[in-house]
Amino acid sequence: MIANLKTYLDKTSHIAPLAVFRVCFGALLFLSIIRFWAKGWIYDLYIQPKFHFTYYNFEWVTPLGNYTYILFVICAITAILVAIGYKYRLAIILFFLSFTYIELMDKTTYLNHYYFVSVLSFLMIFLPANAYFSVDSYIKKRAYNYVPSYAIDSIKLLLAIVYFYAGLAKINSDWLFRAMPLKIWLPSKYDVPFIGNSILQQEWVHYFMSWSGMLYDLLIPFLLFYKRTRLLAFVAVVIFHLLTRVLFPIGMFPYIMIVSSLIFFSDNFHIKIINYVKKVIFKLPVTIGKNVTIIKDQNIFSRSKKKLTLGVLAVFFIIQLLFPFRYLLYPGELFWTEEGYRFSWRVMLMEKMGYANFKIVDSVSKKQFYVNNADFLTPFQEKQMSTQPDFIVQYAHYLGDHFKEQNHKNIQVYVESYVALNGRLSKPYIDPSVDLYQQKDLFKHKTWILPFNDEIKGF
Amino acid sequence: MKRVIFVFVAALTVYACSSSDDSTGTTNDGKDDFNRGELLANIADNIIIPAYEDLSAKLNNLEDEKNIFIASPSETNLVALREKWLSAYKVWQSVEMYNIGKAEEINYGFQMNIYPTTVEDIESNVSSGTYDLTHPNNNDAVGFPALDYLLNGLANTDTEIVEKYTNTTSGDGYKNYMSDVVNQMNTLTNTVLNDWKNGFRDTFVASTENTATSSFNKLANDFVYYFEKGLRANKVGIPAGVFSTEPLPTKVEAFYSNENSKDLLVAALENIKNFINGKAYNSTATGVGFADYLDYLNNITQGEDLNVAINNKIDDASAKVLTLDASLSNQVETDNVKMTEAYDALQKVVVLIKVDMLQAFSVSVDYTDADGD
Repeated sequence: MIANLKTYLDKTSHIAPLAVFRVCFGALLFLSIIRFWAKGWIYDLYIQPKFHFTYYNFEWVTPLGNYTYILFVICAITAILVAIGYKYRLAIILFFLSFTYIELMDKTTYLNHYYFVSVLSFLMIFLPANAYFSVDSYIKKRAYNYVPSYAIDSIKLLLAIVYFYAGLAKINSDWLFRAMPLKIWLPSKYDVPFIGNSILQQEWVHYFMSWSGMLYDLLIPFLLFYKRTRLLAFVAVVIFHLLTRVLFPIGMFPYIMIVSSLIFFSDNFHIKIINYVKKVIFKLPVTIGKNVTIIKDQNIFSRSKKKLTLGVLAVFFIIQLLFPFRYLLYPGELFWTEEGYRFSWRVMLMEKMGYANFKIVDSVSKKQFYVNNADFLTPFQEKQMSTQPDFIVQYAHYLGDHFKEQNHKNIQVYVESYVALNGRLSKPYIDPSVDLYQQKDLFKHKTWILPFNDEIKGF
Repeated sequence: MKRVIFVFVAALTVYACSSSDDSTGTTNDGKDDFNRGELLANIADNIIIPAYEDLSAKLNNLEDEKNIFIASPSETNLVALREKWLSAYKVWQSVEMYNIGKAEEINYGFQMNIYPTTVEDIESNVSSGTYDLTHPNNNDAVGFPALDYLLNGLANTDTEIVEKYTNTTSGDGYKNYMSDVVNQMNTLTNTVLNDWKNGFRDTFVASTENTATSSFNKLANDFVYYFEKGLRANKVGIPAGVFSTEPLPTKVEAFYSNENSKDLLVAALENIKNFINGKAYNSTATGVGFADYLDYLNNITQGEDLNVAINNKIDDASAKVLTLDASLSNQVETDNVKMTEAYDALQKVVVLIKVDMLQAFSVSVDYTDADGD
C-alpha cells in the first residue's frame, strides 16, 4: 500500500493537459470578470447596497467602496497572467486572494461555482502549471515535458468530487420521487424554443431529467476517467452543460465545466491542441521555441518542497471530502435549516421562497412597529435573506443596531417569516417569539428555526 | 451505450410508476401547454382596458361637473362634484395595480393617488398660481387625494368650502388649481388608455416569454407589489400604525371626505379577487386568469391547491374588512384591534401570493439578474 503510494507519487505524466488547463482556466475567468463588470454587477451587488451579509468569522471582509473595482482589476489581470503563464506563481496566488475576497464580501451572491473557482485556484497555487507552453518557460528558456502525475490528477480528483458530491446530493426523495424542483422550474421555461411549449411541460420529462441528472453527476467522473467511455462522456458533458445553460441563468459555469473536463483527455490530445494553437492561431515560426531547452525531466516547483506540497494537497483533499458531510452534525432537515448547505456542491437542488417581516419592539413600553425591508436591503438580498437563518439573524442584528442608533430603547427584534420549499405550502420558518437581537450566528445549531414537519429522505 | 440504456430504462420505470401512482388520472394529459397569450389577452381586453375606459368616462363626468361648479360654485354643485369624484375614485381602484407600459413610463400612478396629500404644497401652488403638476415634487399635491382636500378639506362646512371658491381675492386660485388637477388626471388617463388601444395591447399580449420584462412577469410582480404596498400597507397597515410606533389615522385614503375610505378598500379587494380569477370588469363573464395558471401548474406538481387557498384567504380578508367602520380613520381611533386584524388577514394573502404563488409561477422577478447556480 505504502509502496504503491510511493510509486504513484514518483510517477510522471506529460505536462500538456495541465498547460492547456491553465490557459483555458485563465482565459475563461478573465472573460467571467469582464462579463461581471459589463453587466454592472460590481455596482449593483457590492457598492450600491447599504448593508452586506458577511460570512461567519470573515466579518472583516467587506467591499471597499469604489476601490472594489481595483479588486476586480487585479483579478482580471492575474487571470490573464495565469493564462499566458507569466509570473505564474505570484499571479495565481493574487488571483486566488482577490477572487476569494470578492466572494467573501457578501454571501448573498454565494454560488457553488464561485466556490469551485476559489478552491481550484487555491489548488493551482501548488501545481507547476507554467512549466511548459508559458511565458515563464520562454523567458527562462527552460520548459519541462513532465510533471508528477499527481499534479494533473489532483485537478481530476477535484472535478470528480464536485460531480460526485453533486450527484449524491440529488439522491433524495424530493429530487427523485417528486421530481422537485424541476417540476416547478421546467414548466416555467415555456419560452425555450422547440421544447419549452411541449416537452418541458411533461411530467415524465421532469422525472427523466431528475434521474438522468443524478446519474450523470455520479457517473461522469468515472466515464471520463476510462479511455473507452471518455469520448461518449465528453459528449454527455457538453450536452448536459449546454442544456443547463439554455434552461437556467447560470452564467459562465457550464463553459468552465466543459473546458475543465478536457483535462481527462490524453497527453497526445493536448499536445495536438498546443501545436495547433502555436501553428494556426499564433502563426509562430517553428523556430521560436528553439531557444527553449526542453527538459525531459519532471518539474515540480522545488524538489525540496515536494513534501510540503504533498502535505498541503493531502489536507486539502481530506477537507474537501469531509466538509460537505458536516450537515450530519446538525439536527433537522438540511434543506429547511441550511445548516451545512453551502460549500457542499449542492447545485440547483431546491426551490425555496420566503418572506420575512421584522418587528422592532420596545421591551418596556411594548410599542412595536414593522420594518420595510426595502429600506435596508436590495431585492436580491431580501430574497436570499428570507430563506436562510444565518442571514435572518445577521439582518436582525443590523436592524437592532440601526434603531439603537436612532435612539430607540430596549430594543427587541422579532421576525414573522414563512418559507415554501419545493412546492410545499409555505409555513412559519423562524420562531416568532424569539428575540433575534439576543441570538448569535454561530456554527451551533439554531434552535429558533421552527421544525420542518415533513421529511426529505436521502443525502 | 449501456449507460444510455440504463438511464432510459430508469426513466421509463419512473414514468410508469408515477403514472400508475396517479390515481386521480388528471395529470396534464391532453394538454401540452398553458396558453399565456390567452391569459394576457383576457386580462388586457376584459379587465384592464374596460377599467380604463370606465375610469376615463368617470373622469369626463368629473371634468364636466367641475366646469359646472367653477362656473357657479354652490353647495348643490359641490355635492354633485363630490359624487363624481367618488365614483371615479372607486374605479381608480381597478387600475392602480397596472404600473405597466405608458402608465409606468409617465409615472401615472404617482400623479393619481399619492396620499396623504400635502396641504402646504397645494396651498402654496394655489396662492402662487404657477406650478408644474407633473413634477415629482407635486406628486403629493395632485390626483384624487388633492381633490379630496379641495372638495372636502378646505373648511369644516360646505358653506365655508364654497366660500373659498367664491372669495374675490383667493377664489380664482382654488378654481384654477382644482380645474388643472382634474384636467390633468383626465389627460393622463386618456394618454394611458389610448396607448393601450393603439398598439400597446398587442405588444402586451405578444410578450409571453419568461423574462424580467415580459408582460406576464411584470403583471405578476405588479400584482404582488400592489397588493403588499398599495393595498395592504397604504390603505390599512400604515394608518393602523403597523409600521410606526403610534397609529396614524390621518394617513387613510380619502381622509378629508372620511366616510369613504372603507368603500375604496372594498373596491380594491374586489378588484384583486376578480383579477386573480380572470373575471371581466363589471361583468360576470370569466376568462383565463392567474387562477387557471395555478391550476395548470398544480396539475403538474400535484401539490396544495393554491388557487383555492388564495381565494379563501382573500375572502377571509374581505370578511374582516367588511366589519370595519365606513371611516377607517375613525376605526383606528375607536378600535384599532379590528383594523390590525384586517391587516393580519391581508398579510396572510401576501404570504401566499408572494411566496407560494411566485414559487409556482417561477417567474424571473425583477431582482438583479445575477447568476443562479
